[in-house]
Amino acid sequence: MENYDLQKLDPIIENYRGKAGSLIPVLHKVQTEIGYLPIEAQKYVADSLQLPYSKVFGVATFYTQFSLEPKGEYVIHVCDGTACHVRGSTDILKELREQLELTEEKITTDDLQFTLETVSCLGACGLAPVMTINDKVYGGMTPEKIKNVLAELDGSDQ
Amino acid sequence: MKITINNQEYQAKSGQTVLEVARENEIKIPTLCYSEHLSITGACRLCIVEIENGQLVPACATPVSEGMKIETDSEEVYEARKTVIDLLLSDHPLTCMTCEANGDCKLQDLAYEYGLEESSYGIKEAPRFEIQQENPFIVFDPDKCIICGKCVRADQELQCSMAIDFSERGFKTKVAAAFDEGLGGDESSCVFCGLCVENCPTGALKYKPAIRKGRDYDLRKERTTCPYCGVGCQLELQIKDNEVVKVASIYDKDSPNPAGEACVKGRFAYDYINHPDRLRKPLIKKDGEFVEVSWEEALNYTAERLQEIKEKDGPQALAGLSSAKCTNEENYLMQKFMRAVIGTNSVDHCARLCHASTVAGLARAFGSGAMTNSIAETADSDLFFIIGSNPTENHPVIGSMMKRALAKGTKLIVADPREIELSSWADVNIHQQPGSDVALVNAMINVIINEGLHDKEFIKERTINFDLIASTIEDYTPETAEKISGVPAEEIRKAARLYAKADRAAIYFAMGITQHKTGTDNVLALANLAMVTGNVGKKGAGVNPLRGQNNVQGACDLGALPNVYPGYQKVEDPAMQEKFAEAWGIEPDTENGLTVVEIFNEAGKDIKGIYIMGENPVLSDPDQNHIKQALEDLEFLVVQDIFMTETAEYADVVLPAASFAEKSGTFTNTERRIQLVNPAVESPGEAKPDWQIISMLASKMGYAMDYAHPAEIMAEIASLTPIYGGVYHGRLREKTLQWPCPDRRHAGTKFLHEGEFARGKGKFHPVTYLPPAEKVDADYDYIMMTGRMLYHFHTGTMTRRSAAINAQEADAYVEINCKDAKRLGIKENDRVKVTSRRGEVETYARVGDRVQPGQMFMPFHYAESPANRLTNPVLDEKAKIPELKVTAVKLEKIS
Repeated sequence: MENYDLQKLDPIIENYRGKAGSLIPVLHKVQTEIGYLPIEAQKYVADSLQLPYSKVFGVATFYTQFSLEPKGEYVIHVCDGTACHVRGSTDILKELREQLELTEEKITTDDLQFTLETVSCLGACGLAPVMTINDKVYGGMTPEKIKNVLAELDGSDQ
Repeated sequence: MKITINNQEYQAKSGQTVLEVARENEIKIPTLCYSEHLSITGACRLCIVEIENGQLVPACATPVSEGMKIETDSEEVYEARKTVIDLLLSDHPLTCMTCEANGDCKLQDLAYEYGLEESSYGIKEAPRFEIQQENPFIVFDPDKCIICGKCVRADQELQCSMAIDFSERGFKTKVAAAFDEGLGGDESSCVFCGLCVENCPTGALKYKPAIRKGRDYDLRKERTTCPYCGVGCQLELQIKDNEVVKVASIYDKDSPNPAGEACVKGRFAYDYINHPDRLRKPLIKKDGEFVEVSWEEALNYTAERLQEIKEKDGPQALAGLSSAKCTNEENYLMQKFMRAVIGTNSVDHCARLCHASTVAGLARAFGSGAMTNSIAETADSDLFFIIGSNPTENHPVIGSMMKRALAKGTKLIVADPREIELSSWADVNIHQQPGSDVALVNAMINVIINEGLHDKEFIKERTINFDLIASTIEDYTPETAEKISGVPAEEIRKAARLYAKADRAAIYFAMGITQHKTGTDNVLALANLAMVTGNVGKKGAGVNPLRGQNNVQGACDLGALPNVYPGYQKVEDPAMQEKFAEAWGIEPDTENGLTVVEIFNEAGKDIKGIYIMGENPVLSDPDQNHIKQALEDLEFLVVQDIFMTETAEYADVVLPAASFAEKSGTFTNTERRIQLVNPAVESPGEAKPDWQIISMLASKMGYAMDYAHPAEIMAEIASLTPIYGGVYHGRLREKTLQWPCPDRRHAGTKFLHEGEFARGKGKFHPVTYLPPAEKVDADYDYIMMTGRMLYHFHTGTMTRRSAAINAQEADAYVEINCKDAKRLGIKENDRVKVTSRRGEVETYARVGDRVQPGQMFMPFHYAESPANRLTNPVLDEKAKIPELKVTAVKLEKIS
């Protein structure tokens, strides 16, 4: 982010200028562009759309799909919906946190490789407990499988 | 329609909610998130009532319908409410023992009423949030917040600062300022009006300066009128022992701030009342040192010295400065003292420096020099044309009301050399060169007439002299005006069309128009513009000067001006001379007296002695070095004030006066509304109300003034002042009144000139552009404007003694455009020296784009960096107002 040229956001914002209800789609596109929603970008969007900073911040923090912190290269979503919860998603989560040295508050590794989040339901209850890493689905997870999955990603990264 | 509540029938109107009907009939329904001044969210679910089929609905959000049957107290309702309170308590700390809100907390009251000592869902053991208090004014404890959202709505819908909103969601939801940096954060748009605190039902939001100064039940409460700007907000002073410890809201439909609005000054700058610097004893200067003396000695000495000068050099050798901070009754007495006891018309006050040109201009054009319409009519306007006025800083409550109207679609033209906050809200945003207003406004009239947008019928029926201006403005094409004002011709056209096409267009102006050598002409140009389009004498329109001081309107109304008796009755009119000669038992001075700047020009020459009440010309008047010299040249100077001001230092006698919080009387606000001032605390030491001091001094000089109470003075005012003819303290206790109010049965006047102008027909005055007195040259290459800012007031004697205000805004500054700053190598907060042809001042630089390149802005509140050491005392010929807005200066960085 440090050297990100905010004017690169202009084409995104341009299409929405003066239109009601454009904040959420703009934030989406900005997040896709930058990877997260740094405060400087929120300010830029607010100024461009003539919205109060407090409003943009409120919306950016309300939706879980928005992140104010940089995310890891791999975003892991552990499903904690009813089916997954019953079938042991808590253990999956615990194992992931241990392996990645993350906590409930600290969700991204210092090397920006992994971000670990929970979601309410991925809609794949048949595969419970389930998680996704970026767009790939991992069903029938067990704590034992975690190490391999992570190692596999580490490997592909090198 | 008829509805049934608790088996009893009630009348209701379509569109009302169940809650409104219940409250009208004094049926109790508890609420936490509801306020009649805010939109309805139905968030707290406390106002649950039962309707047909046992359905539970929120009363605040349920409209009534014919034959509706409602239960407000059934078992189901009780249980539902109890569950809500139980849930709220489960996430609320049970720290009532030390909570500031103890005794004034809706949640506590409900827990008590429903017998919930603690939540059945468990106790909140540990805080989940941090307390936010990184600002001098407001403390926010999110753990005590019940997420009712009243603060958010008050901020967004009433104050319109958009400073706070909900952040996060679910259990983590928290009210937050931008980026959760707190109300005092760099990006926060909070202006500390305190409305969020007033609306908070629990102890989540509290006033920081009032912490541990007493809880609701410890505090005595007194309604009064704010001592700061001309809006005249009604405030509730909360007092413990003899100290004002908090300023809360008054909710009164019949007030300028019906939703309890205030600004940071009215809300927080009250600690000057109890400040250790307050004058406690009369002082006489003996051998160059002030010595405390008794009232007897001070008054005898003052009376002797005044008498001596009067006998030696005649009454015209004395002059008086009255005060726009003092009450109507005191201003009346001050001018009566000068006219009846001394025998001179040389009595004036600081209105000379702010709206003298308004009074002169509007009286000529309309027959009355006051704001034509009322503050509440901001809601009725289709368009605001704001020129030379910065409402969100200088009249903040009116600024907010304008923003509310703008949010609902009212159009806006802003013409100001600076980019003020409202500029960004404007449909047409104009930055004219300082002092080019006549050219700009004339060009707008030119466009309006040439495009046939003028109101021909209004002009024909209601005005005279239209032909004169029609020919004058032919020279002012937008292209010509562009050359003078720097405003693109096309923008002038846009502004003219927008203004002319609005059905109800209201002009608002202040010092940016008046403080010029051509101030009266500027005002006349605006009057012409309004009349050309028929925008006078109707609701939501008009020409509205925003008055700066709490009682500058009243001080003018009561004749603290050298050319008029109370009620603008001319001193040169023999009939008036006779009237007041008889009433006061005097031989009247038959000629107009001297104005403020003239008085100081004559000091040591024709003027030997001055009696100053509550004014500080060393900081407020132009060309400080000249004023200081003038004060030194006097034989005798009496200053009556609440503090040892920069001016009082020069006095021979200093008389300690009572502050607004220590006396009775009335102030008249900018919309001509007369409101009571009520005593809340005892004066420090031997300080006395100004009306008593003047009375005592008059009596010492052999002229009896025996008033037991200011109400008696007001009765005398009513008998002599037709526009105040029906104004009595007794009536004001029931209802505030807007003059003209000629008799006891008259209900007062919301807007002027309906059907007929005060002078009969409205009179057009052709005005032509004249450049400001000072121009830039090789040595003085910037134009400096002076003005005010949100946090401080006038010469700072009050606000700069407020700890909270000073913590927020301690230092003087000059605003410089970033391009100029770059060229001169000046950075934010650098020390700089500003020099004019009359003096130099050191201050801090504030770099940005609020001022245009080549221009500067300096607030005049600061004794250590007095802007008025630089300003030009050149006067407007008609109104004698100095040109404070255009000073040629040079700027240097101090290395």
